[in-house]
Amino acid sequence: MSTIRATGPVSEIRDRFGFLRRSYAMMAKEFIQLRRDRVSFAMIVAIPVMQLLLFGYAINTTPHHLPSAVLLQEDSDLARSVLKALENTAYFRFVYEVHDVEDFDNLLKSGKVLFGVEIPRGFERAVRRGDKPALLVAADATDPVAASSALGSLGMIVQTALQHDLYIGDAPALPFEIRAHARYNPAAESRINIVPGLVGTILTMTMLIFTALSVTREIERGTMESLLSMPIKPVEVMLGKIVPYIVVGFIQAFLIVNIGVFLFGVPVLGNLLLLAALSTLFIATNLAIGYTFSTIAQNQLQAIQMSFMFFLPSLLLSGFMFPFAGMPAWAQYLGECLPLTHYLRIVRAIMLKGASMPNLRFDAVALAILMLVAMTIAVTRFRRTLD
Amino acid sequence: MNAGNDIAIDVRGLSKSFGGREVVHDLSMQVKRGSIYGFLGPNGSGKTTTIRILCGLLTPDSGEGTCLGYDILRDAEKIKRQVGYMTQRFSLYQDLSVRENLEFVARLYGLADARGAARDMIKRLGLSGREEQLAGELSGGWKQRLALGACTLPNPKLLLLDEPTAGVDPKARRDFWNEIHALAAEGLTVLVSTHYMDEAERCHEIAYIAYGHLLARGTVDEVIAKSALTTYTVTGELGGLAAELDHKPGVDMVAPFGTSLHVSGRDAAALEASIAPWREKSGLHWQKSHPSLEDVFIELMNRSRDNFQ
Repeated sequence: MSTIRATGPVSEIRDRFGFLRRSYAMMAKEFIQLRRDRVSFAMIVAIPVMQLLLFGYAINTTPHHLPSAVLLQEDSDLARSVLKALENTAYFRFVYEVHDVEDFDNLLKSGKVLFGVEIPRGFERAVRRGDKPALLVAADATDPVAASSALGSLGMIVQTALQHDLYIGDAPALPFEIRAHARYNPAAESRINIVPGLVGTILTMTMLIFTALSVTREIERGTMESLLSMPIKPVEVMLGKIVPYIVVGFIQAFLIVNIGVFLFGVPVLGNLLLLAALSTLFIATNLAIGYTFSTIAQNQLQAIQMSFMFFLPSLLLSGFMFPFAGMPAWAQYLGECLPLTHYLRIVRAIMLKGASMPNLRFDAVALAILMLVAMTIAVTRFRRTLD
Repeated sequence: MNAGNDIAIDVRGLSKSFGGREVVHDLSMQVKRGSIYGFLGPNGSGKTTTIRILCGLLTPDSGEGTCLGYDILRDAEKIKRQVGYMTQRFSLYQDLSVRENLEFVARLYGLADARGAARDMIKRLGLSGREEQLAGELSGGWKQRLALGACTLPNPKLLLLDEPTAGVDPKARRDFWNEIHALAAEGLTVLVSTHYMDEAERCHEIAYIAYGHLLARGTVDEVIAKSALTTYTVTGELGGLAAELDHKPGVDMVAPFGTSLHVSGRDAAALEASIAPWREKSGLHWQKSHPSLEDVFIELMNRSRDNFQ
């Protein structure tokens, strides 16, 4: 038989260092707990490294090689060399060549290109006659950062590039006029660009957090054990936890759009029903991703950290803060995997460009695929037993 | 349904390890329909793990068997529909009211009239007038009644209760056991784990499990009889006696009970020899008695510690 003997009180002299000893005890405990929480520990390294790499390599506020379309109404040598000169500025990369105005408009509207160059009929002849014809460069100014640097220095650069060209020679001025037109946001007002983007970022943040805690909370409160002992399937748990928040997200989206329209004067040119439908899809996608985190995380803190790790690249790589087209290819591929990237294109296109469903099919399908992938992972990850 | 129609639980050779530590070892048990089966054993002995295996929350590493005639490995979903499981920790939603919790459970089991079922259960539990109170605000005794109500709501055939009365006052415990006996009388099978000896004595049959091994089973009397423990009760001037007797040959256990001392041993002859010098001492009164269930369990526990640790 063993007896537990109480040890005597700590001597008075040692207790003079009581403050330090107690603080030390607390610190030592915190370090031990931090070391045991692998995910938190990984975050200490991952967050600064990720931020630095993304800011350092992926983000470029003076983007180059922006996807552009050319509306070619005349196929002449001069037209070809002007296009070549534009491409040589390194700002433009011609990915589409169309001959029809409607195709040209749709490319800009759907966001497939940021610039459109229109070479009018009879361009070469007008140049030879010295008529100074207009070369129209239309820019998608829903993202003013991406458009402005290219537009700003257009005239100078094109002239330099054309200097040795047959028709232009050493002429003191360009024999044609470059007429730049900033579409959708002619005054290049940043709020016109930012408010629709904020709809997406705010929804990403709030929706992720709502569901990211849902499963871990049940586990931590002990309610999961009895829930699992009852006849309910993983997919039923998931739907039950996602659907209520779709309503919440919808109310949020409604508020932000209304504030944007009535307080900041942001236009809504497109169909409101289409905006509502695709916003609902986006809300559901984020909820599904948050729910997936909650099936992977071991506690609520980890779930919050995972959401943060997802939210950060969403801000940086989606085209919300920095021009999407200016990022290197790997960052663009990464960006395509983020729902916010697709939703930003959708919300900007509907509100500012009046785009309709055919313009947005790609991004809508991408959102749906991301949602289904997240849901599939969540349902497979959901542990039906306590093993 | 298979032949064992009067057997609710019939499992053989169940084993389960967590991280290399075997929590349940080669456990076999049969529980008759309509009986109250007590599951006893020290903390960490594998009671909760066994209960979780029975209701499909854990998959055993090896072993097989049936629960209500369904295979525990393949038919977990069917078992879940007919089993009410009351977890050790309160696992209803603290931020839902009494009524909302019950309606939630009723809907999960697909009861036709969830509201009506919840209303009837509130009446049966004696919670009328408190149906809108949040579950988290109920006292320990009421929480446990509500939890029992929730797991009996879908009319299960088997109740698995994991230490249902831990931390509940004696009156509430007695009411709870009366309720369990009433349910068993209606034909429900109840498997209940507990630490309390008085509760064990209220069971039709008990099983004692320690370190994952099932050590004894049967009715309370059978378990006591099988223990072959000889026990003396000593009263009088006991000062220092416990320390003096401890570790003497043949003395396996010395335990004070209020003003008396229980001295027990497996080997009756060795025990008699060791205590002989004190039996003649004036001021001490020795009487040969039956071991209590607690004596038997503590002896089993000490013995199993020698064997398995």
